[in-house]
Amino acid sequence: MTVVEVGYELPEKEFSITRETLIRYAGASGDFNVIHWNQRVATEVGLPDVIAHGMLTMGLAIQVVTEWIDDPSRLVGYGCRFTRPIVVPDDESGASLRVSGSVTAVDDGVATITLKAICDDVTVLGKATAQVRIG
Amino acid sequence: MALNADFIGRTYPPSEPYLVGREKVREFAHALGVTDLVSLDVDAARERGYSDLVAPPTYAIRLSMAAAEAVVMDPDLGLDYTRVVHGDQRFEYSRPIVAGDELVCTVTIDGIRSVAGNDMLTTRADIATTDGEHVVTSYSILVARGTDSESA
Repeated sequence: MTVVEVGYELPEKEFSITRETLIRYAGASGDFNVIHWNQRVATEVGLPDVIAHGMLTMGLAIQVVTEWIDDPSRLVGYGCRFTRPIVVPDDESGASLRVSGSVTAVDDGVATITLKAICDDVTVLGKATAQVRIG
Repeated sequence: MALNADFIGRTYPPSEPYLVGREKVREFAHALGVTDLVSLDVDAARERGYSDLVAPPTYAIRLSMAAAEAVVMDPDLGLDYTRVVHGDQRFEYSRPIVAGDELVCTVTIDGIRSVAGNDMLTTRADIATTDGEHVVTSYSILVARGTDSESA
């Protein structure tokens, strides 16, 4: 890794989330909550449409960090708040998630990276931070 | 209906051991579009010092959510699970989960509070190998929306 200091910006990543993404993630994670794949039920409970699993968004966003640190064992903490759901329309392009990250603290060999996860100009993860061991 | 505050601090017996399967790790990585070979290619993982495929960081939710769900279904707790959404999630890692790990998960109810008519339940799931080596701790806040206005 390069010299890590506060303000350092990690390479951004963009993810496409389609209905297929949701079905694959449901199967792989074991989270079969119907609001993530059934439009009828989603709208019945007051959602505009099917929404992505919060844990899918969280799992995508951390790739900005894991690709940067290279060694997975450097990651010591990762957390976020699920502030806004990502609505996934039934079309080819689905929803688009853009994730950026920057170093916001360096303390005792551990860098804190604050992630921004944005879909349709709306922040979907709140207080998303990862702690990585550096050096 | 307010949640039963007697549950704060309660720790449940460890879950049955969960054997982390190589193909499950690969499937989870594919579902997230992970391209890092450490999660996809056994030789690449071994070259980087791991005994097998390394699970992506959020894989731990498979264990912690299953264990926590069993707990929150306890009728004495008073949580209406049909209204529950995942509000907040945090992982603290000692090391990554690796295929071949045999893991047990111990759930503790860390906190219960009510905010603006929503019940909030904080659970902590300690995930360790069957030999007792700590791997990751998962903290989840589950929110049951608006149960005050609905009689249970």
